[in-house]
Amino acid sequence: MSDVAVSVKGLTKIYGHKTVVDAIDMEVPAGSIYGFLGPNGSGKTTTIRMMCGLLTPDAGEGHTLGYDIQKQAREIKERVGYMTQKFSLYTDLTIRENLDFMARMYRLPNRKKVVTRTIEELGLSGRGNQLAGTLSGGWKQRLALAAAMQHKPQLLLLDEPTAGVDPKARRDFWDEIRRLSKEGVTILVSTHYMDEAIQCDNIAYIAYGKLLIHGPAREIPARVGLTTWRVDGPDLIPLEDELRADPRVEQVARFGAQLHVSSTNAKALEELVAEQRKKDKQHRWVKKEAELEEAFIYLMTTAADNFTPNGEAKP
Amino acid sequence: MNLFSLSRFRAVLVKEFIQMRRDRLTFAMMIGVPVIQLLLFGYAINNDPRNLPTLLELGEESKVARAVVSGMDTSDYFDFQGFVFGPDAGDKALREGSANFVVVIPPDFERDILRGLSPELLVTADASDPTAVGSAVAALSGIVETAIAQTLDGPLTAVAGRPPPFSMVVHKQFNPEGRTATNIVPGLLAIILAMTMVLITAVAIVRETERGTMETLISTPVRSTEVMLGKILPYVLIGYVQTLLFLIMAKILFNVPFEGSRMAFFVGFNIYVVVNLALGFLISTLVHTQMQAMQASFFLILPTILLSGFMFPFAGMPGWAQAIGTAIPATHFLRIVRKIMLKGAQMADIAIDLRAIAIIGGMIVLIALLRYRRTLD
Repeated sequence: MSDVAVSVKGLTKIYGHKTVVDAIDMEVPAGSIYGFLGPNGSGKTTTIRMMCGLLTPDAGEGHTLGYDIQKQAREIKERVGYMTQKFSLYTDLTIRENLDFMARMYRLPNRKKVVTRTIEELGLSGRGNQLAGTLSGGWKQRLALAAAMQHKPQLLLLDEPTAGVDPKARRDFWDEIRRLSKEGVTILVSTHYMDEAIQCDNIAYIAYGKLLIHGPAREIPARVGLTTWRVDGPDLIPLEDELRADPRVEQVARFGAQLHVSSTNAKALEELVAEQRKKDKQHRWVKKEAELEEAFIYLMTTAADNFTPNGEAKP
Repeated sequence: MNLFSLSRFRAVLVKEFIQMRRDRLTFAMMIGVPVIQLLLFGYAINNDPRNLPTLLELGEESKVARAVVSGMDTSDYFDFQGFVFGPDAGDKALREGSANFVVVIPPDFERDILRGLSPELLVTADASDPTAVGSAVAALSGIVETAIAQTLDGPLTAVAGRPPPFSMVVHKQFNPEGRTATNIVPGLLAIILAMTMVLITAVAIVRETERGTMETLISTPVRSTEVMLGKILPYVLIGYVQTLLFLIMAKILFNVPFEGSRMAFFVGFNIYVVVNLALGFLISTLVHTQMQAMQASFFLILPTILLSGFMFPFAGMPGWAQAIGTAIPATHFLRIVRKIMLKGAQMADIAIDLRAIAIIGGMIVLIALLRYRRTLD
């Protein structure tokens, strides 16, 4: 095995007249947790589907676990675990029947034992005969993850696995992901949540089908190059309006009772802060470390200016 | 008081029309079904079929015999297709369905008429479809009498006039009592299987796509043939149960005989079921929801009932309708079932129908496999 789990070049998918995925180059290092971020309809799901051979790209090429994504889809499928965005096991089968079905699909030896162990590891012993459809959202996700992991894949593709799941279940889910990563499984996970993005080793950000930035998570804010000041105090709304109108401010984002004011031009922003401090004693300005969230909002906004979206992309 | 808001009512009304227009299949059904029904009922269906294929067994070559033949031929109920020699050949043609009538003019027919011996003119009719042959049989006696009367000149004038100088024996074969149930029940099996097998398969497969489980399924290394066979086999078994139940009830409740070869039935039945399941599979590749799958199946069942010869005699339909009917698998299975149950057909007698079903089935499977892809695009 090379040290690259997934590598794609110029990956493109077109539905009708809409380019859903536009010439994406990406490399997922083996053994890493790779976060795949981007707004809804940005092409994350389509990209993941192409990586595991479910969709044929219209242009570009790629290899997953060393196999050609166009010609060796079957080899890839044998070695990849894929968890869909929507729960897609059989709701009218029991937990055990679902796991048994998946075990048969991958022709696992000692099927009965494997399934029993999976159920035990899930902590669902004694509930194996419960219908999968009656599980709560969090448990459904864990079951789907267990089903995708049963054949011990080298690569796990998770498509928004925690969407609509409560915070406790989300935390448990990520504990499980980190445990799998320690065992050497490469994980590509798409998400909307910043607290999840921070837990990734590497991050790629995609919007309107284009890959805007990718790299190690901690380097992303610096690469975007934003300087951010945090403001708190009373009556933030008029201040927010005033700051938005100022050409030296590129981005104002509200976080709870604070405003995060950002710009790529650190000097201009410092001038503004000095002016504000002089005329307005109510608000407190503190320079802060740039974080992922501001960086992504910034990327999103500039991307929106560059590519006018024509309607919602196909999921 | 605001008991009824016109604005809200209009909102619902407009929304309903928008949704109706968006669901193109439903829309097509609403417009298509009445149009197709009208065309089928109006043009294709004819309960007084003409030009029924007829064979002739000629015991003598005489003026009277020729007159009978040409009289029947010009009546346009009958369409003379050729001659047979010996009773076995005639029976075989009737059993295979290549002829609806066999007319036997015995030797010395003309001489016996002259002698006033009232010879027998034997007409064997395939009564397994009583509607198809009924009116022709009814008209037969008059046609033959007129034809003979016209030839009775010269030395024959002596015997002209009443009573008719011959007796006509009509032998209704396969369903001597002309019972409708005997005709309908075997045909019904073909229709019931077509209805349930196509629908069940289509719905079962579309359910995977509709619920999203297809995505998990195809993310595994599974092959399309494995999915197709695995999904279809349970429904083949259901087809077995249906048919067994059906045959038992046909015997007990309607006393429909089962004269022919069980083996031939078994072979024909299996091929037919597979073809119907493949058709269901094909539908599933064309629609997106279970609802659409049901609509599409319903859309197919209409011509199956009307053009297969189940409800209305196949021979009575115009050429274009027969062409459509020939492309429907039920048309051929219906013939197989009637032949075997009522006419005592053996494997050789149904070979032609088996071949037709196999050809149709092969084409359906081919298209279905081309339509079904392992990828999602």
